[in-house]
Amino acid sequence: MKTSSLLNAFGAVIKRDLLLAYRFRAELINPLAFFVMVITLFPLALGAEIALLKRIAPAIIWVAALLASLMSIENLFRADYDDGSLELMVMTPHPLSILVMAKVMGHWLTSSVPLLFIAPLMGMMLHMDADIIGVLMLTLLLGTPVLSLIGGIAVALTLGLRKGGALLAILVLPLYVPILIFASSAIDAAMTGFPVSGHLSMMCAILFLALTLTPLPTAAALKMSLS
Amino acid sequence: MFMRFIYKFSSPPYFYAISGKMLPWLTALFLVLLGYGLYGGLVTAPADYQQGDSFRIIYVHVPAAWMSMFIYVVMAISGGIGLIWRIKLAEIVSISSASVGASFTFLALVTGSLWGKPMWGTWWVWDARLTSELLLLFLYLGVIGLYSGIEDKRTASRAVAILALVGVVNIPIIHYSVEWWNTLHQGATVTKLDKPSIHIDMLIPLLFMAGAFKVYYLIALLLRSRNELLEREQNAKWIDELLEEVK
Repeated sequence: MKTSSLLNAFGAVIKRDLLLAYRFRAELINPLAFFVMVITLFPLALGAEIALLKRIAPAIIWVAALLASLMSIENLFRADYDDGSLELMVMTPHPLSILVMAKVMGHWLTSSVPLLFIAPLMGMMLHMDADIIGVLMLTLLLGTPVLSLIGGIAVALTLGLRKGGALLAILVLPLYVPILIFASSAIDAAMTGFPVSGHLSMMCAILFLALTLTPLPTAAALKMSLS
Repeated sequence: MFMRFIYKFSSPPYFYAISGKMLPWLTALFLVLLGYGLYGGLVTAPADYQQGDSFRIIYVHVPAAWMSMFIYVVMAISGGIGLIWRIKLAEIVSISSASVGASFTFLALVTGSLWGKPMWGTWWVWDARLTSELLLLFLYLGVIGLYSGIEDKRTASRAVAILALVGVVNIPIIHYSVEWWNTLHQGATVTKLDKPSIHIDMLIPLLFMAGAFKVYYLIALLLRSRNELLEREQNAKWIDELLEEVK
């Protein structure tokens, strides 16, 4: 029997997820619409004062992105769990953690990358300055993969549960705190005219740490949920 | 020798028997430590030159805060042991620690805010320590929620162990990010209690209270573990024998 190389398997998993997302294009809109609507609520609740919105816009956008990621991450393994393809993935000779990484990457590409395209627009609507929007984009680019990676652990842990939704939020949100803090301090620094490279390096470090470490507990949790 | 002791100790019937023998002694030790600690802290320790008598809440607050972190580490380590070597007792110790730890975290938060009101003039400030303690409480709640959410308790213990280990890696990151976040936003405006080197008469009762809290944790842990053990092993032979003895 011919076995595929690890890289092939990694690519195949991502390709499959992208294809599935393309076939169900309508579902791609959901996190996007959620993101935009959450942001819309803030000016309605706070009043449309430009100075105030400008000040809190990055926080609003980040929290909305975080919630959107939390909402869509729930479906990371759901379909594969229901139709049994997850079990086949576990049975392949490839290390599950690598395949998990491919799954998470597929999720990030289909649910967070669209947000990256629409976030500058939202920034404009909240009267952010153009250079601050640039920093915001960088933090989102570095931060959202971490959200998906950390969320993957909690999703794998709650996979077998009937009502995992609220529990998922309790498990995940405390772990999201560092990335939120570093992102907002980078934007804060940019707003007050300080260099942002330090904060961005910190976010890079967290990204690589998450990239190397999180697939292991996720894979362990998946095996546990399937056993 | 040591490993043999571990193996022996971690067998459920042996653990049940020996923990039953330990409990009265531990309770006595706890009462002695608590009695001296409370007497020393509330009566003999001198009043603080700035805070007066209200500083005395330190004798509950600080040990509770110490315990909240200590128990999380115990929970994660024993969870890891249970995960790797499949030792049933380690799993039980891990999950039995969770709710005790959550209670201590809650106690630390409550006493902290009671102390904050007269000292800082507010119940709550978004200070680094307070915030990371609050996040620790959320982590505990996640562990408890996950454990009660999964029906099969062996699976649940393993899930909790994974979560606790992830949390242990994350706690330093959370802690330092919160610390930096705080110092970035506000300098020394929040009066973090600057530490005057604590007077020896104040320190000794504090250490006694810390010891009392540790022993209390041990007692609560043993009691909860024994219950959990009885529940999980209800069909085991040694429990039948135990019931025979009671009759």
